[in-house]
Amino acid sequence: MNGRNIAVVYRKELTDSLRDRRTLISMIVVPIFLMPVLTIFVGVLSARVIGKAMLQVPSVMIVGAENSPRILSALRALPDVRIVPPSSDYAQQIVDKKIRAAVELPSDFDAMVARGETAPVRIDMYEGEINSGFGADKLQKFFRDFRDRAIRERLEARHLPENLAQPIVVEEKNVAPPEKVSGVVLGGLVPYFVIILALTGTMHPAMDLTVGEKERGTIETILCSPISRTSLVLGKFLMVLTASLSTAVLAIASMGLTLAAAGKMVGEVPQISSAGLQLNVSFRAVFWVFVMIVPLAVLFSAALLAISLFAKSFKEAQSYLSPLTVVVIAPAIVSVLPGVELNAGLSLIPILNTSLVSKEIVSGTYHWNYIALIFGSSCLYAAAALWVAIRLFQREDVLFRI
Amino acid sequence: MIVADNLGKEFRDKKRGVIHAVEKLSFRCAPGRIYGLLGANGAGKTTALRLLATILAPTAGTASVAGFDIRREPEKARQSLGFLSTATALYGRLTALEMVEYFGCLYGLDRPTARRRALALFERLGITGFRDRRCENLSTGMKQRVSIARTLVHDPPVMIFDEPTSGLDVIGARTIVAFIRECREGGKTVIFSTHVMSEAEKLCDTIGIIHDGRLLAEGSLPELRARFGHSDLEEIFIRVVG
Repeated sequence: MNGRNIAVVYRKELTDSLRDRRTLISMIVVPIFLMPVLTIFVGVLSARVIGKAMLQVPSVMIVGAENSPRILSALRALPDVRIVPPSSDYAQQIVDKKIRAAVELPSDFDAMVARGETAPVRIDMYEGEINSGFGADKLQKFFRDFRDRAIRERLEARHLPENLAQPIVVEEKNVAPPEKVSGVVLGGLVPYFVIILALTGTMHPAMDLTVGEKERGTIETILCSPISRTSLVLGKFLMVLTASLSTAVLAIASMGLTLAAAGKMVGEVPQISSAGLQLNVSFRAVFWVFVMIVPLAVLFSAALLAISLFAKSFKEAQSYLSPLTVVVIAPAIVSVLPGVELNAGLSLIPILNTSLVSKEIVSGTYHWNYIALIFGSSCLYAAAALWVAIRLFQREDVLFRI
Repeated sequence: MIVADNLGKEFRDKKRGVIHAVEKLSFRCAPGRIYGLLGANGAGKTTALRLLATILAPTAGTASVAGFDIRREPEKARQSLGFLSTATALYGRLTALEMVEYFGCLYGLDRPTARRRALALFERLGITGFRDRRCENLSTGMKQRVSIARTLVHDPPVMIFDEPTSGLDVIGARTIVAFIRECREGGKTVIFSTHVMSEAEKLCDTIGIIHDGRLLAEGSLPELRARFGHSDLEEIFIRVVG
């Protein structure tokens, strides 16, 4: 092993890779633009869908209440709702999206309310369908107001105080700092994206520097030079690691800027900011997430280099690496699931551990014992993967497996 | 100087079992001489040369390249040789100058020296006009010249050519043949493998006929003609591998 030779190989591989369009796309373009594009795309799309649904006047059917002119006229007077004539196939009409919701009332609804009885009201809707939801919301609000008014009238008739039907008042107040609130929402999301991008940023360079050399016939050219195979693999490894880390750095930077911009926009909408959704991720958190990603990037770089070297062709390498993506994405997804908390056992599971600890860090929680354990174990896995890659570069049957 | 001493290489194949690609190969080639390994496709020529270039490790015997044992000092042996074959391609995204400079650095030269030597070779080989073009954009003939510059940048005492004219047109092949002669005139030890009889006749001081991994006959062209009673090398070859 020779530091100078490693540097010579690294410099060459860097120059070579920066001239490769596919490497540039996976290493620079994707991490920079993925998050903003996703945010803008999702934001614009949801704003359009919701806006369109809000502008629509939902068609609503009243079923029953034949002998209740008071409730019928009150419902017909509802603004922004179009009442359609009753029909027995109202459920099917909701499914077919001909009407958005229906309300079923007993025929003597007015009389039941007047007698002080409990009148049943059923609102039919298509759950998960936004227009149907808006229609049902309007009906629910109408009947909530109707119920409150009826309670007030009944209490007044008996000369009883208004608060008789309201023995307690429940109020919820959020005391968590803003980054904790956003951490719950974004904590899983940030490492999930960064880990996946650190992997995808590694894929093309790893294949290009190994099986790509086999395919292009340059492997024999480099092997007849006096450089040791250990120096050669380390030079290549450093290049792949550079690709992985730069992808992670660019992804983190891009996400930070996107979230800051999104946070500013959210802050301008009082209903949302008052709900406590602040999109704050501190610089300290970003730094520590990056530190935790480093050994994972080493693991990815070494593992992908070894797997790609083993392949005979680019196509074969791709068929090995594609399932690996699922293997990497699965623990990252598990970490996003609610209720999955960091513990000593999970700290030893590669990828999942980094994902979980990053989630904690983003939400402002620093469990230093877990951070040390995860960093240490990740370094160990990374060293093992690098050792395998170095060993594979010594094997003739792998190098000349063509 | 190259000395091969009972050199052997076995491969293990799941279907075919143990394959003896090279067996008990012994020969020597002195500086200023060309040794030609003549054999059909699959005779073991490429494996033998890869063993000498330490790209593959021998499973039996050994060899020395410029006094360095290929088992004990493979890196020094590689440092002393230039290896050229049609399989030794160029890095397409590097320019001709970057390519040769890179290999100069790998052979231990500092960057300014590697550049100086590359530029001198480019003048000699007529590469200067396209030195800053990427290798992927060069013609086959241009690539061949850059490959020659790559093998010479560290001025090695030993040159190994593995079927260097395979797949080249007449002009490309002539460039290579002229270059091999130049190496001999420059006092380098040259090992050259081919299955083209006319090339072996034109170039080699000593011819070794290899078949199924074994060296079956060896000698200068007049010696082989006298031993087998035929003037045509092709006839001699057929009689030997018979």
